[in-house]
Amino acid sequence: MKLLEARGLSRHFGGLRAVDGVDFELVPGEIHALIGPNGAGKTTLVSLLSGRLTPDSGQILLAGEDITKLPAHRRVRRGIAYTFQITSVFTELSVLDNVALAVQGGGARIGLFGDRLADTVAAALTRVGLIGHRADLAGALSYGHQRILEVAMGLALNPRLLILDEPTQGLAAGEITGFKTLLRGLVPEMTILLIEHNMDVVMELADRITVLQAGRVLARGTPVEVGANPAVQKAYLGA
Amino acid sequence: MSGARIWTLHLALLAALFAMQWVLSPYHATNLARIMVLALFASGYNLAFGYTGLLSLGHALYLAAGMYAGSLPAWHFGLSGGWVLLLGTAGGTAMAALTGLFALRTRGVAFMIVTLMFAQTGHLALLYFRRWTGGDEGFTLPAASRVILGADLSQTGARYMLAFLLFAAGMLLTLALVRSRLGRVMRALRENEERCRMLGYNPFVGKLAVLSLSGAYAGAAGASYALLFGYAGGSFATIQYSILPLLYTLTGGAGTVAGPLFGTGAIFYLSDLAADLTSAWAFVVGLALVVVILFAPQGLLGMVRTRFWRSLP
Repeated sequence: MKLLEARGLSRHFGGLRAVDGVDFELVPGEIHALIGPNGAGKTTLVSLLSGRLTPDSGQILLAGEDITKLPAHRRVRRGIAYTFQITSVFTELSVLDNVALAVQGGGARIGLFGDRLADTVAAALTRVGLIGHRADLAGALSYGHQRILEVAMGLALNPRLLILDEPTQGLAAGEITGFKTLLRGLVPEMTILLIEHNMDVVMELADRITVLQAGRVLARGTPVEVGANPAVQKAYLGA
Repeated sequence: MSGARIWTLHLALLAALFAMQWVLSPYHATNLARIMVLALFASGYNLAFGYTGLLSLGHALYLAAGMYAGSLPAWHFGLSGGWVLLLGTAGGTAMAALTGLFALRTRGVAFMIVTLMFAQTGHLALLYFRRWTGGDEGFTLPAASRVILGADLSQTGARYMLAFLLFAAGMLLTLALVRSRLGRVMRALRENEERCRMLGYNPFVGKLAVLSLSGAYAGAAGASYALLFGYAGGSFATIQYSILPLLYTLTGGAGTVAGPLFGTGAIFYLSDLAADLTSAWAFVVGLALVVVILFAPQGLLGMVRTRFWRSLP
C-alpha cells in the first residue's frame, strides 16, 4: 500500500516545464528526501502534492483516493501537512496561538468545545522544546526557534504526511543535531517528505532519495544507490 | 490578563455606561444613545477590519440595508418595532453575505474598491426607486412602529435603554468571539491567509462568515437608528457612513473590543464641538483622522494595550 502516489504530474509556467511528467510515490513510515539543483522543480512538486498549485496534467492519490482536484485546506484535513521554506509563522500571535491554530485546523481530536485543545498544544510544544516560550510573540523568537515553531505547527496538524521544505536552512549546527533527533522520532508514525540541501542531513536521515533535474526524475533509490549513480554525480554532486 | 479580569473589566465598563443615564442631561443622554448605536456599527466594522483585516469601504450599504429592510415595511405596512429590528439585522446580514460572495474574491485595494462600488450602487438604487424609498429626503417612521415591548422609543429613557442593550450585546458577543477559537482564526487570517489555508482553513469561508456577522451589526445599528430617531433617509447610504466606522475604529483602536465605543464618542463630540465653531466641521474630522494615523496609528486602546496590558483583547 502506498501512502501517496503521483502519476505523470506536470506543471508548466509559460514555457518553463517546472515539473514535467513526474511519477512519484511514498511508502508509509519512510523519510523520503527530494534533492536536486536550484530550479529543478522541488518546491513546485511539493506544491502540487500539497495542493498549493494545481497540476496541468497527472493524478495524485492519497492512500488510494484521488485528491488531484481537492483544494489545499481539504488536503490538510486529510493529513497532508506542509511547512514553508520561508518561515511564515504568525508573528503577531503568541507561540501558543500559532500551535493552537494548527491543532484546531488539523485532524487532532480536541473535543466538541476544544476542551482538550490546551493539552494537545502543550504536548506539541513540549515535544519540540518550545514550551518555555509559549507566551512569547512568535515574531520575537530567534530565527532558529521560528523554524522549529514552523515544524511544530506541521506536527500539531497530526498529519499522515509531513512535507518539510528546507527545514534546516539557516539553523546552527547544534540546532540541526536536535532537529535530526526530532525527525527520527516521528517515523514510522508519520511519513516525511523532505526537501533538503544539506547533504549530511539527507544521507543520514533519508530511507530513500528522489533526485530531480529540470522537472524530471533523474534518479531514485537508497542514499547509497543514489550516491553511486554516475548521472547524479555528474549533474548534482559535481564529482 | 486572566479571563475573569477581562470579563470584569468589560462588564464594569458596561455598568458605567448604563449608569450614565442618571447622570447626564437629556441632551447628552440622547447624544450618548446615538453614540452607542454608531459604536455598535463600528464594533461590527472592527470585527471585519480590526480583527480580520478586511478593509471595507462599503459598510454604509450594510447600515442602509438594515435601516431600510426594517423601516420600509414599518412605513408601508406599519410593522412593529421588534420586527423592524429583526428584519433590519437580517437585511444587513444578507446584504453583507451577498456582496461578500463577490467582493471576497478580491483582496487589499481591489477589495476596497469593490465594496465601495457596491455601496455606491446601493445609494443610487435608493435614490432611483424614490417612489418606494423616499429618495434622499427619506421618511419619518410612524409613531406606532417606534414601540418595543410597550416602551416608547421617542422617550429619552427608553431610547437610551434600547441603544445600551444593543451595544452591550454587540460588545459582549465581540469579546466572546475574539477570545474563542474562531477569534484566533480571524487574527491569523488578518496576518497570513495562505498560511491559514495550509493549516486546514478555507480563508474564503472564514472571511465570508466574519463579513456577514459584521453586516448583522451594521444592520442592527441601521434599524435601531431609524427606530430611535424616527427617520430613515438616503444620506445614511453615502460614502460618509462607510468612512465613519473606519474612523471610529482607528481612533478607538482597531482590534480592541471596547475601542470602537471610545473612538465613536471622541469623534462624535469632536464633530459636535467643531460644528459649533465652523461650518467646515468635516475638515476638522478629516484632520483628526490624519493626526491619528500619523501619531497614534494604534488608536486610544491600542496605546493602552502597548503600554500597559499586552493581553487586552
